[in-house]
Amino acid sequence: MPKMTLSHFEASMLFSLFTSVVLGVVTKRTDRDRLHYGIYTFVCFFVALFGLGWLMYFGHG
Amino acid sequence: MAKEKEKKQPLPPVAEWAPALALSWLVPGGGHLLLKKTGRGLLLMASISLMFVCGLMMRGAMFQPESGDLLTTLINTGGFIGDVASGILYLLSQWLGYNQPDVAGAVHDYGTKFLVTAGLLNILAMVDAFDIAVRRKD
Repeated sequence: MPKMTLSHFEASMLFSLFTSVVLGVVTKRTDRDRLHYGIYTFVCFFVALFGLGWLMYFGHG
Repeated sequence: MAKEKEKKQPLPPVAEWAPALALSWLVPGGGHLLLKKTGRGLLLMASISLMFVCGLMMRGAMFQPESGDLLTTLINTGGFIGDVASGILYLLSQWLGYNQPDVAGAVHDYGTKFLVTAGLLNILAMVDAFDIAVRRKD
């Protein structure tokens, strides 16, 4: 099996994508709500990723 | 009145939901496919399988149940349950001899998390398939 080397950002994005799809599919009751929730979850991951990234950057000094 | 509505309906016979639940564990998204929820089943199958394969390609480590102090037991047993929850993906990787030692490195670490998370997401898919099978959800 080929080896995959990803940056932190790429790995986090992939993780967010897969997780958001599953959370969107299993959580809501209509397709429209599922799509909205999946996108909302992905955006939350994205915001948290950048927020924590900057927090660590400033915290590191 | 409201309390009456909230009363739980009795579960249908095991034969009605057990196959969907078992298939859902064995093949991610399989329970949904069995219950004729094709679109959702394929999305779950693609997401969980791709996540697991990415974890393998990042050379993530599989957990083995280990006893010791509380934290070691919790992490290793919890991780093992997460790995096993991927069903056929985990079984195939073991049968084909995947044996990656736990080494230091960000990519390996992400891989380990991908492998466990794929299993945990499959548990969510199993719960969803169960809810559909007992008609709590469409």
